[in-house]
Amino acid sequence: MGKRNKIKKAFCAAFPHTIPIFAGFLFLGIAYGIYMNVSGFSPVYPMLMSFTIFAGSVEFVAVNLLLGAFNPLSALIMTLMINARHLFYGISMLDKYRGTGLKKFYLIFGMCDESFSINYTANIPNDVDKGWFMFFVTLLNHAYWFFGATIGGVFGALVKFNTNGLEFVMTALFVVIFLEQWMKETTHHSALLGLGISLLSLILFGGENFIIPSMLMILGTLTLMKKPLEKVGVCECQ
Amino acid sequence: MSMNLMQQVITICMVILGTIITRFLPFFIFTSDRPTPKYVQFLGRVLPSAALGMLVVYCIKDVSLFTGDHGIPELISIIIVILLHLWKRQMLISIAGGTISYMILIQLIF
Repeated sequence: MGKRNKIKKAFCAAFPHTIPIFAGFLFLGIAYGIYMNVSGFSPVYPMLMSFTIFAGSVEFVAVNLLLGAFNPLSALIMTLMINARHLFYGISMLDKYRGTGLKKFYLIFGMCDESFSINYTANIPNDVDKGWFMFFVTLLNHAYWFFGATIGGVFGALVKFNTNGLEFVMTALFVVIFLEQWMKETTHHSALLGLGISLLSLILFGGENFIIPSMLMILGTLTLMKKPLEKVGVCECQ
Repeated sequence: MSMNLMQQVITICMVILGTIITRFLPFFIFTSDRPTPKYVQFLGRVLPSAALGMLVVYCIKDVSLFTGDHGIPELISIIIVILLHLWKRQMLISIAGGTISYMILIQLIF
């Protein structure tokens, strides 16, 4: 199989996995572009920011940062806190991104929630190159997000149809991915812990602040349960 | 706007830097040429499921249980997603079904 063929095949395998993200990112991207538009920024801002940051939630926060007083340190700390969940993704992907050559840098750069969850859970056929598959998942996601943000920034004021509720597409996607992972694994301790601890943390600390406490509690609980979890044989997952 | 262009660029660069740090740090610490510590390997096995669970909760973080519609549209739609998925196990059907239900619920009913 020639290199071109290999790349083409990986693209064709990757594309269907990204269709829900196409819908979600186009919508969220447009919403983000409109938000920047009505906040008084030229379309160049959402274009450049969606291209260089590529992390949905923090880009919405960045709008507020840009509108406030100049404080680079707090911008950095805010970003680190919102994006701390990526640390979990990175640890999970250490093995999967291994041996992907130069593409690895882009895979890590583009490891947003959606890229991580698809690349972690997708059953990549044996005859498809895994590195290129994950590369195209990431690249397509990146393109959708950039495309949406650009449309929103340029045509923001013109969008008129009632898209209220379309943002649920992302929630639905993550519920499905969670379910797929659930069906794949033999024991559910870790999934239930993640769900339960996060819910508890959300109730205790509220939507703005729950991520860091839930990460710490998940880490702590998993560490305390390391022995028993290894005994029941936590899933090797593929 | 209170910031000048240079300050805006610096602020945006801080956000880029922060995002890159959170994404690259694990790969930077645990490089391929050294064996990954046993504990981190263990985390690599158990964290994904927990992280995906956390991600689901992250999506509903702005739902308020005690005001407005009490998160009922979200709850119904998530149940629809789960049922559709258990029934057909077709990712796109589950996602489209749940999203359309949610849009109908919040636009017409709640």
